Amino acid sequence: MLHPVPTLKESPSQTAGPYVHIGMTPNFCDLPGVYAADMGSTMINGDVEGERITLSIRLIDGAGVPLSDGLVEIWQADASGSFVSPTAPNSNSVPAFTGWGRQASDANGVTVFETIKPGRVAGPDGKPMAPHVSLWIVARGINIGLQTRLYFEDEDNEGDFVLNKIMDKRRRQTLIARKDGARRYHLDIHLQGEKETVFFDI
Amino acid sequence: MSGIILPGADGVLYQRDRAWHPAADTPGYKSTTFRAPKHSLLALGPTKSEMTGPTFGHEKLGPLDNDLIRNFSQDGTEAIGQRMIVYGQVLDENARAVPGTLVEFWQANAGGRYRHKKEAYLAALDPNFAGFGRAVTDENGFYSFRTVKPGAYPWPNGGNDWRPAHIHFSVFGHAFAQRLITQMYFEGDPMIWQCPIVATINDKAAIDQLTARLDRHNTTPMDALAYRFDIVLRGRRSTMFENKLEGN
Ligand SMILES: [Fe+3]
Repeated sequence: MLHPVPTLKESPSQTAGPYVHIGMTPNFCDLPGVYAADMGSTMINGDVEGERITLSIRLIDGAGVPLSDGLVEIWQADASGSFVSPTAPNSNSVPAFTGWGRQASDANGVTVFETIKPGRVAGPDGKPMAPHVSLWIVARGINIGLQTRLYFEDEDNEGDFVLNKIMDKRRRQTLIARKDGARRYHLDIHLQGEKETVFFDI
Repeated sequence: MSGIILPGADGVLYQRDRAWHPAADTPGYKSTTFRAPKHSLLALGPTKSEMTGPTFGHEKLGPLDNDLIRNFSQDGTEAIGQRMIVYGQVLDENARAVPGTLVEFWQANAGGRYRHKKEAYLAALDPNFAGFGRAVTDENGFYSFRTVKPGAYPWPNGGNDWRPAHIHFSVFGHAFAQRLITQMYFEGDPMIWQCPIVATINDKAAIDQLTARLDRHNTTPMDALAYRFDIVLRGRRSTMFENKLEGN
């Protein structure tokens, strides 16, 4: 059986521009009073299984300059490797763990997420993938959102379906966050240059 | 096992047509110079991590979240500018409505000025206009909001580059791999063709897809014009081949 040809084209992407913080994190951007809180600023809303961790993600351009006008969203499984009710869009209850976070980068290009260590999710080959967090990055000068992942240096990343697709083994390191204190991990995202992060076409 | 056709709604997404989107490195838009990755993207078969995504049905949106004319009003005074309703349908590439998805938007005020500490344009701020809002699509995929028409503005790129009037949009869909940010332009605006950011898109039909249409039928008489802007997200196959999720 053949697949039907899509009838519409996806809307083309355009840059988020220099003022993406106005639209997506207005409270961070000194525009309080319209939204009670910035969406995605809190990922944990109650008793949640799993190890609480802090993720620090820094965005750096090809000239080595941090991006103060960037925005990062993350999406991840919970500690048991499940994603939050993807098929229940009309649920009225706020999940204890949302799995989704959004943060604006600060003057140093850093975004910080308070979350939990994700469990292992089955990959397309049926084997569990190493614990990971999916990232989506937008900013002025980025014409279409950049997608990548964050892995953890203290997990067993051997055999991970995605990491193993990266032929140049040295570049696999660009996705692996280093331990940066108790329950804290840091990852530098290099948009360009010698240490350029591996980005995906998903 | 391979070759077995499975029914179901969890088919993989159509591949993104990267030629329809802007390239990463577009010299006419100078900010891309140090921000465009130089390596080619890693082709990744979609996994569960990208085929799922956050939902927003539980979010309590405020009654003024989709009314930019009033959501930042300091003393009941409404925002200055040409009043209009912007509405449209969020669809996927199979022309199926995308209900229950979050749409966010932000824009300059009627003079072309953003309310941001780094904004340097001399046009005046409007004390009653912040320039952002949000809506969740209804069961047929429709969103709408009320605002004022943003002004065109100059920006530091070439010596004298101007942005056409535009509104920034962010849309989710139901899979993290559908995530999209784009901009809406206005039908008939002669500024569209001179803009280096618009020109990052190669295909005129693709630019046309970002151009909202004046809709006389949905104007509010003696109050607001209406513009229709539909947004298309990546579609999914309705079937998939087992064990073929990642190609070979
Ligand atoms: Fe803009």
